[in-house]
Amino acid sequence: MKRWLLWVPLLVFAVLMVIAGSRLLVPPQTVVKSALVGKPLPDFTLAPMVAGKPGVTRADFATGKPRLLNVFASWCVPCIAEAPHLMRLRQAGVEIDGIAIRDTPEAIGAFLARNGDPYARIGSDGQSQVQIGIGSSGVPETFVIDGRGRIAMQHIGDIREEDVPRLLQALEDAR
Amino acid sequence: MSLLLSLVLAAGAPADFGYVQIPDAAKEAQAAELMAELRCLVCQGQSIHDSDVDMAADMRRIVRQKIAAGEQPQAVRAWLVERYGSYVTYDPPFSWTTAPLWLAPLLLLGAGLWLARGTLKRRRK
Amino acid sequence: MIAEAGLAALWLAAAMALLQLACAGLGLRLKQDELVAAVRPVAIVQGVLAALSFGLLILLFLQSDMSVLLVAQNSHSAKPWLYKFAGAWGNHEGSMLLWVTVLALAGAAIAVLEHKLDRATLTATLGAQAFIALGFYAFLVIASSPFTRLDPPALDGMGLNPLLQDPGLAFHPPTLYFGYVGLSIAFSFAVGAMVTREVGPVFARAMRPWILGAWVFLTLGITAGSYWAYYELGWGGWWFWDPVENASLMPWLAATALLHSVNVLAARDGLRAWTLMLAVVAFSMSMLGTFLVRSGILTSVHAFAVDPTRGSFILVLLAIYIGGALALYGARVGRVKAGQGFDLLSREGGLVLNNLLLSVILGIVLIGTLYPIVAQAMGQQLSVGPPFFNKTTGPIALLLVAAMSAGPLLRWRRDEANALLQRVTVPIAAALLAMAAMFAAAPGTGWMEIAGLGLAAGLTIASFAPLWKRNLLRTPLFTWGMVVAHFGVAVSLAGMAADSAFTSERLVAARYGQPYYVGPWRVVLNGVAPVMGDNWSAVEGRVTATRGEGSTPLLLTPQRRFYSSPPTDTAEASIRTRADGQLYAVLGAQDAEGRWQLRLWWKPFVTLIWFGGALIALGGALSLIGRVFRERRNTKRREDAE
Repeated sequence: MKRWLLWVPLLVFAVLMVIAGSRLLVPPQTVVKSALVGKPLPDFTLAPMVAGKPGVTRADFATGKPRLLNVFASWCVPCIAEAPHLMRLRQAGVEIDGIAIRDTPEAIGAFLARNGDPYARIGSDGQSQVQIGIGSSGVPETFVIDGRGRIAMQHIGDIREEDVPRLLQALEDAR
Repeated sequence: MSLLLSLVLAAGAPADFGYVQIPDAAKEAQAAELMAELRCLVCQGQSIHDSDVDMAADMRRIVRQKIAAGEQPQAVRAWLVERYGSYVTYDPPFSWTTAPLWLAPLLLLGAGLWLARGTLKRRRK
Repeated sequence: MIAEAGLAALWLAAAMALLQLACAGLGLRLKQDELVAAVRPVAIVQGVLAALSFGLLILLFLQSDMSVLLVAQNSHSAKPWLYKFAGAWGNHEGSMLLWVTVLALAGAAIAVLEHKLDRATLTATLGAQAFIALGFYAFLVIASSPFTRLDPPALDGMGLNPLLQDPGLAFHPPTLYFGYVGLSIAFSFAVGAMVTREVGPVFARAMRPWILGAWVFLTLGITAGSYWAYYELGWGGWWFWDPVENASLMPWLAATALLHSVNVLAARDGLRAWTLMLAVVAFSMSMLGTFLVRSGILTSVHAFAVDPTRGSFILVLLAIYIGGALALYGARVGRVKAGQGFDLLSREGGLVLNNLLLSVILGIVLIGTLYPIVAQAMGQQLSVGPPFFNKTTGPIALLLVAAMSAGPLLRWRRDEANALLQRVTVPIAAALLAMAAMFAAAPGTGWMEIAGLGLAAGLTIASFAPLWKRNLLRTPLFTWGMVVAHFGVAVSLAGMAADSAFTSERLVAARYGQPYYVGPWRVVLNGVAPVMGDNWSAVEGRVTATRGEGSTPLLLTPQRRFYSSPPTDTAEASIRTRADGQLYAVLGAQDAEGRWQLRLWWKPFVTLIWFGGALIALGGALSLIGRVFRERRNTKRREDAE
């Protein structure tokens, strides 16, 4: 038997160790990113969620001004945590549209009364069809849509204090 | 008990494609095969066919609606991959990054045969 | 007091392992017979101390001593005694202590029982065994002591994860551990042999019972785990190629290959270097599996407490042991004399084919399991699941089954192609007949299912062929073992193919009293009722199923359970077993119109999968008993002759 062949197992094992060890240093990604970032927002139309506020359609974007599209729900706890930061973004002049997932008008009404209402429009996505259509895999998630209706950025999870300047910057860049 | 039942009530409305099969058995078979190969995005260790969570039901609904409307399973899969990347399918599409994975069985078989052949030939009387 | 005594016993056992390693290492190097002679008794003392430590831990759990952190975190005074008992290893610390206890007891058993192997190799083996044990003792006392006190004591414990409150817990993890430890013994033997370069039939016969024993436990563990997941997870699946499942399958594949190659080494003194390699690989796969499961670097459906710190500890141990053994392999095996030569068309040739195919399957499972990590490093999120594994390992496994049918009918040393063809005519005819019948009866079936059922039919006949024209009472027990194990593979394969080809699934929004049909069954939901358990409440569906006119109805009671602490919502499937399959029902939610979501499966012959698994394990056990008795008798005869 050729001598070098006997060292191949050790080599293979070393490669295995590097793979396993690297994964300990860099933990697995638990979030699934939308593959549509950088691509145009797909076409959709959502009925209004609450009285007195319009629903959301594809045509509301691509108006020359970047907007935030926030995927949320009244039953989602992190959504309560991010509500004040959305209000701050709103106060900074950002236009925010909401997509409410599997929700009812009463629950959303109560949610907005309690946590504030930063939304220009809220669409009702009762069966997460639009959520899946834009490649979002959970609530809350926030998309930056540029003036031409392209998805410029996706923020997964609740918006924390430190995310606010990042989002403002992304909105500025998307102009 | 009434509280318990109301909890169950809120959990979802079963009478739709998220929970009920396509009447056409051939189409349902196509959908079932595809759903078993699509990964549930929030539970992460299960296919949408096997998962209990609402999001999996919402994905099943889309799959069944599209298949019932006459789309091919490959097209439905491609539609989802377009949105979530190859993470969403348990059947990794062949590409430069997955080439080593798909070629591994052939390479292993080749290497194994080479090892065994060398041994057997050398030892044959 | 008990906890302190347990900890003291653990430390003493660790000290004994260190002493055992020192005596073996120095004794062999300095050629000091006194030191070498001390190794056996020290190994026995180590085993006793470790067992004492584990016994004391069980006692703490049975007494519900809430001043011990581990008990407070994992037990509850109101739990049934079986779960208190099993709770001792239903957690990380306890399971590691069980691991090292079995390891130490196995070392003691070698010290007591092994008398054929030359002294140097045996000493090196026990030294390697002590070296492995030391790593796990260090792991226990440094990073995961099971005896840590809690001050002040807890009022009561936190209980056990509801999914784990199942008799499966008492059975499934320990069986896998016994398997892993058995493989570590085979590994120690291989290291011992590499140190002394004494690789031959005597060595193979000394190692074989440990491999067989490990393999029996691994087979049982995997079979039980598969059935446990099948009824607990509630979606009718029995294998999902999940990382945790693959982690248990990989050592089994390596052990199966090793089991066959060691026979070549024992009978024909061939495959020396390869058998050593497999012994190292088999243990490294069980360590890698433990690492994958405990570190949480891969996402899985199965419940496990994960902790990256412990993961890195296991990884370091893995690197030391396996890296060391492979370095020894590279340096030493080149000087192990090449074994006997053999012909392609012979029993040895068949076993080489077996090893080749099993190793390829092992390689595919390993690469497929780890590939998502590699892909992430390349910047892509990827999932590798059932479609990949079925497409790649399926055909190879079927090829293996075909080879398995012919292998045991080959003669050692040399055989004739014509003679072999004659012997396999009947099995081949049976396989073709079964495939044709299947094709005629269910034309839409996939080729893998057809091939699977056909090969299962062929293997069923072929597996019994070695008994043909033999006196069944005089046939050695290990031959019976082989026959039963191979037959078990045929049975299991038939179950898998039948389940895959014939399962009917029905999802309905059920109204009370309305009939629904799944397979040959007519199923009616008569109502739901609340049910209360010790620590859960549930809605229970009352479902009756009838098959044909006038048959007695079966009652199924699927539940939707709500556990209070920790708050969890689980579906309890209801399963009814018939001779030709299982009816499986799961209750879902109720909709606004009062209909209940009901999932029904009729799974023809699905039970054969686990029945076959049990047969495979039984075959291994028969073989083990047969081998041990044969060795005993031979030793006795030799002594008498002298």
